[in-house]
Amino acid sequence: MAEQSIVGKTGKPFRFPIEWSKVREFARAIKDPNPLYFDPELAKKECGGIPVPVTFLQAAAFWQDEQSSPGMGGFDLRRILHGEQEFEFFKPILVGDVLTGVARVADLFEKEGGRGGKMRFLVVETEYTNQKGEKVAIARSTLIETGQAVKAS
Amino acid sequence: MPAKLKFDQVKVGDEIPAFVVEGVTRADFVRYAGASGDFVPLHYDQTFVEAAGIPTVFAQGMFTAGLLSKALTDYVGVGQVRKFKVRFATRVWPGDTVTCRGKVTNKTERNGEKIIEGELEVVNQKGEPAIKGSFAAACA
Repeated sequence: MAEQSIVGKTGKPFRFPIEWSKVREFARAIKDPNPLYFDPELAKKECGGIPVPVTFLQAAAFWQDEQSSPGMGGFDLRRILHGEQEFEFFKPILVGDVLTGVARVADLFEKEGGRGGKMRFLVVETEYTNQKGEKVAIARSTLIETGQAVKAS
Repeated sequence: MPAKLKFDQVKVGDEIPAFVVEGVTRADFVRYAGASGDFVPLHYDQTFVEAAGIPTVFAQGMFTAGLLSKALTDYVGVGQVRKFKVRFATRVWPGDTVTCRGKVTNKTERNGEKIIEGELEVVNQKGEPAIKGSFAAACA
């Protein structure tokens, strides 16, 4: 189990600025017309600034460069599925914040697959802090490497 | 942040009003790709998916999770969510109608906040689960 050694490995910190244009574009993409994402005056009054949708941090995942990734556990990218995603929030995230994310391999394990072949699970936790050094959120992704190539179900 | 729910008025078993999207489209997947930066070609490139033996493009799991999060924040208020967890099951295809819903299963207090917890799910028009999930949210 040489790969087990990557558990605990962290990527290089990356920055993720929270910008209004991106927030409202994301809100529109998830079909959420809530005015708090589109009306800065209302948002300031109600929330102290423009808030972000629950899954918005997912957009940060695609702005990490290779060095910010703690590694993919040697997973075959052709056989990979996004199994689970979890977010925990500790403080508000508002437009104007600049977050710093650090991704860490939280777990790596195997299970027997249903149709033969082992399935492997990689759990990556990304902790986000804001410009004040406050921990604001954790994003936890579980990726699955299937025993055989991904096909239509 | 605006809490929409008063803790005392929420009962275990209360349902989150359903958010139904009739007939998701390829354009929805492309818009989500642009907004999120998720350009995995399985979700917009027909040539690519056919070569992989898949009949057509399908939704990003996180697109569908985003629809589900909208149902949740409409219920508890934006900024009130403390935990949101989704597990992906069957795929969502162009033309599918998805229903996002949930219910309250527990009430508790944590870190000085009044918290409700519950189950979430997204089902397609055949009643098959696309997502099973859970949440925790703060109330007033």
